[in-house]
Amino acid sequence: MYVPLVVLIPTLGAIAPALAGRLGRAGCAAVAAAVSLSALAVLLSLAPAVLRGEPVALHLPWIPGLGLAFSFFVDGLGLFFAGLILAMGLLVIVYARYYLAPADPPGRFFASLLLFQGAMLGIVLSDNIILMLVFWELTSLSSFLLIGYWSHLAESRQGARMALAITGGGGLALFAGALLLGDIAGSYELSTIIRRAEVVQASPLFGPTLALILLGAFTKSAQFPFHFWLPHAMAAPTPVSAYLHSATMVKAGIFLLARLWPVFGATEAWFLTVAPIGLATMVIGAWIAIFKDDLKAVLAYSTVSHLGLITMLLGLGTKMAAVAAVLHILNHALFKAALFMSAGIVDHETGTRSMARLGGLRRAMPITAALALTATAAMAGVPLLNGFVSKEMMLESAWHATYAGQPWLFPLLATAGALFSVAYSARLAAVVFFGKETHPTGSHPHDPPAGMWAPVAVLVAPVIAIGLLPGLAQPLVEVVAAAVVGSALPEFQLALWHGLTPALGMSLAAMAGGLAMLLVFAPIERIRDALPRPDAKAMYEAAVRGGAAAAHAVVRALHTEDLTRYALVIVLATVGIGTFGFVTGSHAPGTRATLEASLPAVVGWGALAVACVIAVLRHQDRLLLLLVTAVVGLMVSLAFLHFSAPDLALTQISVEVVATILMLLALNLLPKTSPRETARPLRFAQAALAGASGLGAGLLAFAVLTRDYLPISGYHIAQAKPGGGGTNVVNVILVDFRGYDTFGEIIVLGIAALVIFALLELSARARQAAGRAARAPAFRTGDAHPIMLVVTTRLLLPLALTAGVYIFLRGHNLPGGGFIAGIMVGIAFIMQYIASGYSWADERFRFDPQRMIGAGVLLAGLTGIGSWAFGYPFLTSTHGHIDIPLIGDVELASVILFDLGVFLVVVGTVLLALATIAAVESIGDQKPADARTPADEPKPSPASRVRIEQEEHV
Amino acid sequence: MESLVASGIGILTGAGVYLLLRRRTLPVIVGLTLLSYGVNLFLFAMGRLTLDRPPILGDGVAAYTDPLPQALVLTAIVISFGMTALVVVLALRGYLDTGTDDVAIRQSDMVRDFGPQNLGHHPLDPQARRDAW
Repeated sequence: MYVPLVVLIPTLGAIAPALAGRLGRAGCAAVAAAVSLSALAVLLSLAPAVLRGEPVALHLPWIPGLGLAFSFFVDGLGLFFAGLILAMGLLVIVYARYYLAPADPPGRFFASLLLFQGAMLGIVLSDNIILMLVFWELTSLSSFLLIGYWSHLAESRQGARMALAITGGGGLALFAGALLLGDIAGSYELSTIIRRAEVVQASPLFGPTLALILLGAFTKSAQFPFHFWLPHAMAAPTPVSAYLHSATMVKAGIFLLARLWPVFGATEAWFLTVAPIGLATMVIGAWIAIFKDDLKAVLAYSTVSHLGLITMLLGLGTKMAAVAAVLHILNHALFKAALFMSAGIVDHETGTRSMARLGGLRRAMPITAALALTATAAMAGVPLLNGFVSKEMMLESAWHATYAGQPWLFPLLATAGALFSVAYSARLAAVVFFGKETHPTGSHPHDPPAGMWAPVAVLVAPVIAIGLLPGLAQPLVEVVAAAVVGSALPEFQLALWHGLTPALGMSLAAMAGGLAMLLVFAPIERIRDALPRPDAKAMYEAAVRGGAAAAHAVVRALHTEDLTRYALVIVLATVGIGTFGFVTGSHAPGTRATLEASLPAVVGWGALAVACVIAVLRHQDRLLLLLVTAVVGLMVSLAFLHFSAPDLALTQISVEVVATILMLLALNLLPKTSPRETARPLRFAQAALAGASGLGAGLLAFAVLTRDYLPISGYHIAQAKPGGGGTNVVNVILVDFRGYDTFGEIIVLGIAALVIFALLELSARARQAAGRAARAPAFRTGDAHPIMLVVTTRLLLPLALTAGVYIFLRGHNLPGGGFIAGIMVGIAFIMQYIASGYSWADERFRFDPQRMIGAGVLLAGLTGIGSWAFGYPFLTSTHGHIDIPLIGDVELASVILFDLGVFLVVVGTVLLALATIAAVESIGDQKPADARTPADEPKPSPASRVRIEQEEHV
Repeated sequence: MESLVASGIGILTGAGVYLLLRRRTLPVIVGLTLLSYGVNLFLFAMGRLTLDRPPILGDGVAAYTDPLPQALVLTAIVISFGMTALVVVLALRGYLDTGTDDVAIRQSDMVRDFGPQNLGHHPLDPQARRDAW
């Protein structure tokens, strides 16, 4: 029940420090700590049940159709990681309160940190794998914000970008892998997927699934060859490095490997890929760490190495290796976070992290030195500290691993990794804390305030405790490891002394070798410097530059700024794909009984064909072009009417009227002819392409028309009356069954109208051009507003409006409805503009079309929301009978309000579009300024907001 | 009748595509309109051709034509109107601003909106891209 709270408290609580930014560092830290603490309290309340072996789960459906659920569960593994995240988080918050400089904005820091914490908790507690991916991406994003926290530094920005590119890219691969995994297992719930491990293992898609998931895990956990982002992420403030890049985020990949261990762990492919990559990462990371000068870089490569170690243990696929992995996750988090914080203290006190400039600090800062040296020794695997116990178990597991038939390979390389790790640890300790005291001049290093070293001490205490008495960790490790392997564990006892085992020998060899290496460090470093070695950052940047250059080349090749070419490419591609379909598929006509061609149909077809031919051959004459287009529209309307679609016929014919008026209005300002510009061969090629398109469309239509099919509209016809309360099925579909589509559509229409309005806010230059074009004498009639037309249209207005209302009201039962009525009423008003002139009509028109559109969308939306009040989903309709005196029994459906919204939007759109163009035309109605008389001067219209300024007509 | 409708769709598509490939705005818009007619008819034809059986429920009528394609096409007609109106106005504005109704964007017009005065570089200038990165 409370499981989601653990995740939601920090995720939503992230807003708190952001708001508390004014309180300063201490205030923000206190708020953030309170948030973490409350999440931790909730988690601990769940712990007893989990430790008894009863996982706690909560499942809420979210989008069931996509397999997405808001489901969480806490088992041993989840509890372990969540506890680690919250406890480490608290320590880091306390530490950061002292670490941040007064100038650093604390609100942003702690908000990002909490956001990260919540996301990380989401990863480890999600049961649904897609939900987990959402949190996975969120950790990448919040880590981006935290690495780039000091956004004024170039290296912060570069490091943040690199981390985001690598982990984000891996996240995409993981997404694909998770979808495949869920598809194979038939469920996106991790707990179910784990139970169906055999199904996954037997699937032919097992290989790709595993590869994609591993790609996600390896990028996140900085495994070779993706290890390079982690050291660059160290540009982050040190608390972030300690928290994200050693204790938690980089362990997300490891968590995923552990979580899916029951599914993949026992397979050959898992062992063959995961184990060697982990091993390679361990050895390479440790090797590089030896030669780094920056304290944090040493720690970063050491982290890479230890992550490799854990990955290798999980990759070995044996249960004891998994136990060792769990123990090392805990141990590494403890000593590495302590070390990062110590490095931060050193940096804080001396102003540098360069080992070349530091030395002998144990005298100046004894407490820090004691803590850091203990943690370093644990990192090296010195006995009586926790690192020894888990490293011993790692060597034991490696001893038993035989890879590619070579029993010596894993033991040898694992020993080498351990040896290098001793070497870099010893070098770190010796250089920084022993020897002659050196630090940058001007700095006076001493132990920091207790608030800064106390978190380190809290971490070092268990390092020693587990080192002395490994049995202390036994109960925790048992529960967690059991959750990882998903079955009974073999008997084991965490202990300091296992007798004279091969692992002990390897351990001793590593100790001796590591210290010996330090003695001959200088010559080894010279040899290393002399050898060429790959620079991962340079390669990464070259890859990024190459990608950008390739994208740029593609853009430049495609983006030619010639729209005709774009259209040509689109048509060519469509024809190409269509041809492929025709060649490979069946396109023969079917056997459905055909209708006999009637004479009116043949005549209509002929008119359409002739109009189209004229349009193609004579398109230079634009007026003719518009006229024949109107003929085509008329024929299409008649076709709709002929084939039992009265609603479509009504819509098409009324839209046709409006569209023709609109285009004629535009033509008044545009050139009246098109020049012949295309060379003859190209024109023929285009004609051939057009012919091919037409032929394809026609053949396809014929093939469909002559085949039988099973309509799905039986339901709509059957339910239109009982469910929707109307007999016009098309209208019921529009306003009821598919009401949400219609709602979206009227919004689109409204937006189009507003864009038109905005587009015709003309610049001064454009207004001059419009004035010149509209005044061209050749196209002025003798009488702009013929009296016959004026009188007729004014008489027709009430009739047209009545007809509109009638069409609207009957729409639910007979052909009609909001769309058609809207266009009709729009036309009725537009006629007044045409007959009586823009300024006359605009003065008398009292409705603001913009408000009509807004009111329409609002009304339709409110009708939809109204059904919520009665407990039904959005846009549920109701209908009933109302007995009105004199008129009698009238059936009303609630969707009539919705349809009224549609009507208002359509009227508003038609009016706004046409009136705006008409307003531009009316610029031409004005006589030039010198000849103007007061009577002629049109009043500026508030509705159209066309500002008429005299100087433009000079 | 089926062949008439199918060939009608073909003619509309062909004429539409040819006009779509012209270099001036108005013929292109008309081409789009003709193409829309063709597409709408095509969608409508998915419900097959039926005479005298409109989807208006009535007593004693047993069979109706498929109403679903009709509903789809009705919204398509209205949306195409919205689109046509928008494109017409766009063409008009472009003509009034630039003095030409050519569909190709001239370099000089590109420069005025995104050019040196505003950004310091042409948006596609490789040097500017590199600096931005």
